[in-house]
Amino acid sequence: MATARVVIVGAGPAGIRCAETLVKAGLKPILIDENRRDGGQIYRRQPESFTRDYRALYGTEAAKARDLHESFERLRQHIDYRPDTLVWNLVPRQLCCVSQGQHTTVDYDALILCTGATDRLMPIEGWQLAGTYSLGGAQIALKSQAVSIGHRVVFMGSGPLLYLVASQYVKAGANVAAVLDTSPLSKRIVALPKMLARPGVLLTGMKLLAQLYQAKIPVHLGIKPEQVLGDATNGVSGVRVRSAKGETLDTDCDAVALGYHLRPETQLADLAGCRMRFDEASCQWWLALDEEGRTSVSGVYAAGDGAKIRGADAAEHAGRLVAMALLEDQQKPVDAVLRAEQRRALAVMDQFRLGLAQAFPWPAEQAGALPDSAIVCRCEMISAGELRRTVSEKGACEVNRAKAFSRVGMGRCQGRYCSQAGAEVIAAAAGVSVQQVGRQRGQAPVKPLPMVIIEEPS
Amino acid sequence: MSARFVRLAEQGRATVSLTVDGVPIKALQGDTLMVALLTQGNALRQSEFDSGRRAGFCLMGACQDCWVWTRSGERLRACSSEVREGLDLVTTQPEATWPLHG
Repeated sequence: MATARVVIVGAGPAGIRCAETLVKAGLKPILIDENRRDGGQIYRRQPESFTRDYRALYGTEAAKARDLHESFERLRQHIDYRPDTLVWNLVPRQLCCVSQGQHTTVDYDALILCTGATDRLMPIEGWQLAGTYSLGGAQIALKSQAVSIGHRVVFMGSGPLLYLVASQYVKAGANVAAVLDTSPLSKRIVALPKMLARPGVLLTGMKLLAQLYQAKIPVHLGIKPEQVLGDATNGVSGVRVRSAKGETLDTDCDAVALGYHLRPETQLADLAGCRMRFDEASCQWWLALDEEGRTSVSGVYAAGDGAKIRGADAAEHAGRLVAMALLEDQQKPVDAVLRAEQRRALAVMDQFRLGLAQAFPWPAEQAGALPDSAIVCRCEMISAGELRRTVSEKGACEVNRAKAFSRVGMGRCQGRYCSQAGAEVIAAAAGVSVQQVGRQRGQAPVKPLPMVIIEEPS
Repeated sequence: MSARFVRLAEQGRATVSLTVDGVPIKALQGDTLMVALLTQGNALRQSEFDSGRRAGFCLMGACQDCWVWTRSGERLRACSSEVREGLDLVTTQPEATWPLHG
């Protein structure tokens, strides 16, 4: 029998550890990555001409970043690595790819999706103004390009990334105007027992907060975002929130980093027909997987934040574990001790992620409270009022139906930054649960493609 | 027009010359187009759906809010394309636009 063609999509922590485990077992996987360099978003590498060291780039995670990059370097000659390549569609046993404008197909017998995550966003009036960036985007600006997104930056939203990026900005010498967190202190206290599953990570988080206080950065908890202030020409000029005490709090700034933790990139799995499930803790749709990363479709696997949002450390374990699941399915020997280790580590991280979800909850209630004038779809400037009218006038109480009427989710980002909040707006307007409203279906191409018509050769 | 992005480190790199809307500019080797443009201006492009200027959003190739074009019409994501010597960019969409919101 010919050797099975194994393809991994995504060269972040999950994809690299998965490839490494497969190579150790004698396989030569194809590793496709949209980025030009390995590392994913979390351990993204800076351009070759940059000189900052690991400590400056990755802070407390420097050793992990270096280890992952070095592992990749060792692997590189043993795998078929295809960077700068977007998988834009899949049909059974075949991926449709584009690299530098060139279309190719890649056949597979087994597919492991390590497609990662993007920021999870809740709209706010004025968030379409130039100078509003996603929190992850703000971090990439610093990590990958050594720039700050503005002269005076407000960090707003909730989740561990809020404090991490704000403190990285302070450390790098950027001017941080404020950190505005929608989660109140009380939620964090309630979540403490679960977060104690990883005391080291909890301590790192507390140190970040202490650094912000030490640098005299105003940190407000339990705020309600009201508006990004500014105008269409000049962009952001400030942020208006309601403080926990109910007072209006304006902060001058020319940039806002906004985000509420992460959402998974599941489009390819969706196109493969993999079943999804609603995750109650994070209030979003995730892939339905067994404990080792098998999807509901035979031969299709997933690991990392694209499968289950548990962060980079968990992604490394899940990458190894999913590789072992694949090896087992192909009747190849598996290291039982190593497998047990991964499962044990992931159990701890599962507990911790439940704590995080409790400590920094997705602010679903904000969607219902959005003024009709607030833009939900940044791509095509569609307001909450327009989306609500699809519910009240056309009875569209399901995400895909409302998308067809309103175009929320149909623009350039294909719903990545509006669809979840849009679902909350629909749910609030229809008076049903967000789970009942459903989720936006993945569509090919999963990202916009260049269209070039080539004349038929005569 | 004031700059949006602020350089915090890595400023000793070689310079690269490119043209943006017919105006020559200098950037640093390794800059993304987004950094090259936003360290000297406050926006990348005009929204097709309202009067707003846009300056990108996600920086990871997911939001598509940072499109710019080469003079020959090739579309580039400014967040994930690097500067090249002699690159000739335009920041207005070559295709027709339809201002839905005035």
